Amino acid sequence: MSQKTKPCPTPVESVAVRFAGDSGDGMQLAGGQFTSATAILGNDFATFPDYPAEIRAPRGTTFGVSGFQVHFASHAIHTPGDSVDVLVTMNPAAFKMNTGDVRQGGMIIADEDEFTKVNLKKAGYGPDESPLADEVLGQRFRIVTVPISRMVREALAESGRSAKEIDRCRNMFALGLVCWMYDRPLEPTIDWLESYFGARKKLPDVAAMNVTALKAGWAFGETTEAIPQRYTVAPAELPAGVYRKISGNEAMVLGLAVAGEKIGKQVSYCGYPITPASDLLHGLAGLKRFGVQTFQAEDEIAAVAAAIGVSYAGGIGVTGTSGPGLALKGEAMGLAVMLELPLIVVDVQRAGPATGMPTKTEQTDLLQAFYGRSGEAPCIVLAASSPADCFEIAIEAVRLSTRAMCPAIVLSDAAIANGAEPWLVPDVSSISPIPCSHPEAQPDSDEQFEPYRRDPETGARRWAIPGTPGLEHRVGGLEKQDVTGDVSYDGPNHEHMIAHRAAKVARLADIIPPIEVGGDVAADTLVLGWGGTAGAILSAVNRLRDEGATLAIAHLRHLNPFPSNLGEVLGRYRRVIVPEINSGQLRLLLRGRFLVDVRGVNVIQGRGFHVEELVEGIRAEMAEEAS
Amino acid sequence: MSVTDHSLPTYKPKDFMSDQDVRWCPGCGDYAVLAAVRKALPNVGRRKEDFVFVSGIGCAARFPYYMETYGMHSIHGRAPAFATGIKLANPDLDVWIVSGDGDLLSIGGNHTMHVMRRNVGVRILLLNNRIYGLTKGQYSPTSERGKVTKSTPMGSIDEPVNPLALALAAECTFVARCIDIDAKTLTATMERAAAHEGCAFIEVYQDCNIFNHQAWFYASQKDTRPANTVDLVHGEPLIFGAERDKGVMIVNGRPRGVTLGAGGVTEKDLLVFDETDRTLAFTLANMHCPDLPEPLGVLYCNPDRPAYEQASREQVQAAMASAPGAELQDLVRGPDTWTVGG
Repeated sequence: MSQKTKPCPTPVESVAVRFAGDSGDGMQLAGGQFTSATAILGNDFATFPDYPAEIRAPRGTTFGVSGFQVHFASHAIHTPGDSVDVLVTMNPAAFKMNTGDVRQGGMIIADEDEFTKVNLKKAGYGPDESPLADEVLGQRFRIVTVPISRMVREALAESGRSAKEIDRCRNMFALGLVCWMYDRPLEPTIDWLESYFGARKKLPDVAAMNVTALKAGWAFGETTEAIPQRYTVAPAELPAGVYRKISGNEAMVLGLAVAGEKIGKQVSYCGYPITPASDLLHGLAGLKRFGVQTFQAEDEIAAVAAAIGVSYAGGIGVTGTSGPGLALKGEAMGLAVMLELPLIVVDVQRAGPATGMPTKTEQTDLLQAFYGRSGEAPCIVLAASSPADCFEIAIEAVRLSTRAMCPAIVLSDAAIANGAEPWLVPDVSSISPIPCSHPEAQPDSDEQFEPYRRDPETGARRWAIPGTPGLEHRVGGLEKQDVTGDVSYDGPNHEHMIAHRAAKVARLADIIPPIEVGGDVAADTLVLGWGGTAGAILSAVNRLRDEGATLAIAHLRHLNPFPSNLGEVLGRYRRVIVPEINSGQLRLLLRGRFLVDVRGVNVIQGRGFHVEELVEGIRAEMAEEAS
Repeated sequence: MSVTDHSLPTYKPKDFMSDQDVRWCPGCGDYAVLAAVRKALPNVGRRKEDFVFVSGIGCAARFPYYMETYGMHSIHGRAPAFATGIKLANPDLDVWIVSGDGDLLSIGGNHTMHVMRRNVGVRILLLNNRIYGLTKGQYSPTSERGKVTKSTPMGSIDEPVNPLALALAAECTFVARCIDIDAKTLTATMERAAAHEGCAFIEVYQDCNIFNHQAWFYASQKDTRPANTVDLVHGEPLIFGAERDKGVMIVNGRPRGVTLGAGGVTEKDLLVFDETDRTLAFTLANMHCPDLPEPLGVLYCNPDRPAYEQASREQVQAAMASAPGAELQDLVRGPDTWTVGG
C-alpha cells in the first residue's frame, strides 16, 4: 500500500491516538486492531480502553461514549499518555466528551455526517451550537471533518445490505484512515476480519464489507486535501526476542494456568461475573484443554467458598472479583486464614465505594486487602505493577500461598486489567517449579493425625487432603489448639495462634526479593509506588530527573509481607513520597509500620495517573519541605 | 461408585466416632441422627478416608467434629458452596452436608437452592428443629406462623418455608423426609441417599428439647405418628393410621384423607405412590397436618440426571482429549507475535 500523491511520512517519536464513539460503534475493536498493527511495527505501546458501564446506552448520548486510546513510541513508554494527539470522534457526544483530553494543536477527526441537529441535541448541545465550526475550538485544535458515514454507504452500496449493517463498518473506515496517517499496515486487520467474521462466525460477506470500508478509509487518506501530512513512528529499541500484545487480565489468566502446571495441580477458578474481573472467568473457561476447571457460582460468597473447598480437597482454588466482591468474600477468607489453606483471591480494583464507577480504575482496596476481615486475619497481599506483570504475580501468589498455607490476595486494577502493552514472551520451561507436598497415608496408624503440626522452616501446617487413609481430621472456623487442631477456647493458645498466623506470613519476607532502588540511589528523596501505577510514576520521575531533579525511585509488588529491606531503605531518605490512586492507604501503612513521615500524591478520578500531574505533585512535595 | 471393593475394610459404627466429646444438650435429637449416620456409613461401600462432612453454623453444624472422617465446620450458610468446591476438585469423595434449618434455609438458602439445581453429588441432612438453638431461641424460617420467641414476643408474622417443596422446586433429584428418633427409616434412607449419584436431600424432623421441645411430637411419637404421617413405599397405595384403615386418594385433582370402607372406598381407590413422579412428590410435599398425613420416606428420586461434578470433569477431559499435546508455551506465545532484533 504505497501512496504516491503525498510526501514521505514525517518521523515522530511518540503519538497518542484515541478512537471515540458510541458504545455500539466498535471503538474497542478499532483501537485493538490499531494496536496490533502498531505492535507489528515494533513500537513500544500502552493502551487505555475507556468504556461505559451501560452496555448499550441510548445512541448518541454522552453516557454511552466509549473510547480506546493507544500510545505508541520509538522509545520506551510506560503509560497510555496524558493527552491525545489525534482524536477520532464518530458522533457529537464523543466529540463533546473527549476534546478536553486533546493537546493544544492536536487533530480531531470528526464524522461530519453524524453532526445532525438530532445528534447534537442528544449530546446536549444547544440549538444554535455547532461545535465543528466553533471558532475557539478551531483555534485550539485542527478539526478535520470527514463524511465517514456517507463514504462508507457509497463504498458498500453494492453490498445489498441494510443501512444499519453498512453503518456498522464505519469504525473500519476510521481505522483505515488513521492507519494511513501513521503508516500502519492494514494486513493484520484484514487477516483478523477474515478469520473472525469469515472463518469463525461464517459471515464472509460481513468480513468483505469491513475490509472494503477499511480500504476506503485508507484510500480517502491518500486523496483528501484535508490531511496533507503523514507520520511514522520508528521501532523502539526493545530487548531482542519474540513479543506479543498482552492485557493484565489476559496475563493473569496465563499466569494462573502456568502456575497450575508448575505446582502439578489442577487450577479451579470459581468466580461470579463482575466488572472488570469477568474476563478472568472467560479466559480461564477457555483453557479446559490445559486441565483448567472453571465454576460460575451463584454469588461472590459461593465463589470463594467453592475455591476454599477446592483447596481443602487438594487443588488450587482461585477466585477473582473486584472491590465489592472482595467485601462479600471477607468472612470466608477469614475462614481460610483459620483453616490455614492456600487460596488465591484476585481483586481487579475499580472505583468505589459500593457500585462506584465500575469501569474506572482505583487503588482503593489496599486496606481492605490488609484488614477487611473480622478478627486479626492476615493474608498475603501482592500487587501487579503492569499488564504483563499480572503473569508473574499470579505465579508468585500460588508459590507463596501454598508455602505459607495462607490466602493470597492479588491486587490488579481496571487500568492494567484492560490496558495492554508489548510483552517479551517468557520461556515457560525456565520458570521454576512450585514445590508442594502432602503428608503420606498412615493406614495402619492408631495415632490421631495432628493437622496443625507445623513445618519448622515455614511455620505452615501440613496440607493433608481428604481421601488419604489415616489422616482423617476436622478443620473449622472455631479456634484451634495448635498442633492437634482440636477446638480450643484457651486464651494463651488463641494469642499464640494469632501471632503464629501473622508470623507465618511475615516469614515469607525471607524468600521474596528485596526492594530495589533505581534512579539517583543516593538522592535524599525517594518516590515509592505500588501496583499498577509503576509506569506513570517512572515516567514522572524520569521527566523530573531530565529536568535536573535528583530522585530515587522504588516500587512495591509485595505488600504483605513487605520486602525485608523496606524499613532500611525508607530510613535512608530524608523524604519519601508515595503516589497512590487513593487518599493515602500505603502511606498510612508505612507510617504505622516504620514511623516514617511519608508524603503522598493522591489523585482519585477514576483513571490512571497523568504523568504531568505526578510531576507537579512530586515537585510540590519537594518544594514544600525545602521552603 | 457401585463397584464392589473386596479390599474394603469392614467398619463398625464406632469406627466413625471421633475422640471429641459430644457437646449437644442431653436429650437433643441430634444424638439420634449422629448414631444413625454412624450406623449407615459402614453399609455404603466406601472407605472411611473418602467421607467428608461439611457443615455451616449452628448446633447441628457441630456434626463434623464428632465423625472420625474428614470434616469441615465452615461459616454460616455456606456449607453447600464449600461442598461444591470439594466435589469439583475430587468427585470421588463422598461429601455430606449436615446443618440446620436456619443455616441451610435462611442465611444459606441461596446456596441450598443452587447446589440442588446443579445436582452436585452431595448428601444433605437438614436437621429441622424449627428454631434457632445456638443463638438461644429465636424463630427460624421453618417456625410456624405466630411463633412466640424472644425476637417475636407478639408471634412471628412470617410464613414458614416448606423444605421439601423448596427442594423439589430447586430440581433436587432425591428428596426425602425422616424423623430423628426413627433410626430404622433414617438409616435406610441415608443408605439410599449415599447410593444416589446426584444431590440427595433428607429433611429430618429433629427435636430441640430446650427451645422448641415437642415441636414434632404430633408426628414423631408412637401414639401420634400413625394418624398424622404416612410412610411412602414405591408402588404401594398411601395407607396410614394405627389400624391402617386410612388412606389418601385424589379427588378433583387434590389429595384427600379417606377411611377405607367408608362410602365404599377400597384400597384400589387410593393414590399409589410413584417415587419417580415429581408432580406427585410436590403434591405430597404440600400435605400438612391436621388435614392430611405428612409423608415420610423418599418422596422423589430421579437417578438419571448426571452429577454436576462429573459433568465438569467430563468437559475438562473432553477438551484435553480434543487437543492432545496442547502446549502452554504456545498458549503463552499466542497467535500474534512480532520479533525484535535478531
